[in-house]
Amino acid sequence: MNKVAIVGYGNTKFSSEDKPIEILLTSATRSLFDQTRNIEQKDIDVILVSTNDNTKYLSAILSELTGISPKISHTVENLCSSGTNSIVSAYSYIVSGLADMALVVGADRCDCPGQILEWDISRGEFMHPVFWASIFTKSHKRKFGTTQEDLAVVSAKNHNNARFNPHAYSDKTYSIDEILQSKFVTDDLHLLDCSRPCSGASSVLLASENVAKKFEHPIWIKGIGQKTTSASITKNENLTTMTSTKIAAKQAFDMAKIQTNDVDVVELHDAFTICEIMALEDMGFVKKGSGAAYVRELHDTQDNKINPRGGLIGSGHPLGATGVAQVVEVTQQLQGKAEKRQIKSASIGLVHNMSAAATSSTVLLLQS
Amino acid sequence: MTIFESELKKGNFVISECGNCKTIVWPPNDYCNNCLSNVTWRKVNPTGRLIEFSKKDEKIFGMIELEGKIRIIGKLKINQSDIKDGQCVRLHSCNYDNGPQFTFVSCNGHY
Repeated sequence: MNKVAIVGYGNTKFSSEDKPIEILLTSATRSLFDQTRNIEQKDIDVILVSTNDNTKYLSAILSELTGISPKISHTVENLCSSGTNSIVSAYSYIVSGLADMALVVGADRCDCPGQILEWDISRGEFMHPVFWASIFTKSHKRKFGTTQEDLAVVSAKNHNNARFNPHAYSDKTYSIDEILQSKFVTDDLHLLDCSRPCSGASSVLLASENVAKKFEHPIWIKGIGQKTTSASITKNENLTTMTSTKIAAKQAFDMAKIQTNDVDVVELHDAFTICEIMALEDMGFVKKGSGAAYVRELHDTQDNKINPRGGLIGSGHPLGATGVAQVVEVTQQLQGKAEKRQIKSASIGLVHNMSAAATSSTVLLLQS
Repeated sequence: MTIFESELKKGNFVISECGNCKTIVWPPNDYCNNCLSNVTWRKVNPTGRLIEFSKKDEKIFGMIELEGKIRIIGKLKINQSDIKDGQCVRLHSCNYDNGPQFTFVSCNGHY
């Protein structure tokens, strides 16, 4: 099978700015061209736009605005995991031989319509994600004794990590006590347990093995796992397990022939604090019920191995950009270019991105 | 509006059941998600099990399972101190007003 590498990337700052979606997309594309040597518009065969925005035909619009005439261009929408779904699609175009070089650009605005899945009638009047997240949290508390303080540790750690991410929504840090004293959104979630929708864009450039050799330090996609269990919140095996994440992680590790203890750096989908704890457990980094203790150890030792850019909680969550930004971070880590966030000698990284109460998950394994 | 939504608006919680393989199709649809045959519609058994709950402001909400298959998030008209994990709940009312609404009470009717 053809190998595929990430050979370039770009980012915008995540913010609450009211910028048109096409400006966000163009900005992340220009950032990629600014940072990538040996690339011209004519080299790009594929443009995929990852977004939940309602504007139509965005990949063709982005192509025109950036002077690119790709063979293949289309939008990919899969709620919060649109970004990694786009990257898997780009990977597939290259592996199939249809393309040699694919540009993936993810963007959303802070008023993005992807935050609520109106189709899911099983949510009743409780459509907002804070309701399923509260139910997951309460269930984890009941089954494993997870405490509000355990959750606050996740938030404190990720906000602290985001200090050194120049593209994060904010560089403000919070103590555990400050998080515990922040406003309650529900009985089980503080405001600072939740990621924040915002405006932002990120981009990555993927290339076939032959083309990748022309670039400095390509990062190889070694493992891909994806699973969709449902669209509604009704199909999880239980409320303390993210089934799609568990299955996707196993697929990715099997494909890459890598074990969890080989992984040096992880960007995972902490839409809410409980999601970080559950994802670590469900991907097999720790046994079930031990996620909170592991995160506390990371916090207490200032270890930024998990969510070094600050995750979604620290960086902000522009839905279509998130999965792409996660891949950018792990790529920078594996290239040794993460500056103050750099994890020493990182050579294998994992990205976990999911949608709608973990009804769909993607796990990617990258290697330098 | 779907059949489910228009019935909900009349206060009826109906479910789709496959005319061929008898699978309960949830979330509701006109076709079976097991064998893709046409479904028939019937009223749900209103008694179910509370799986988990939390509270926002003064509103208690929980995930409820009906007929061992249908999971929904509804409003609970039960005193928080009286709620027991896995307890029996009964559909008290439902509506569709810019979106679905389900309200449950304790099976013994106390709230």
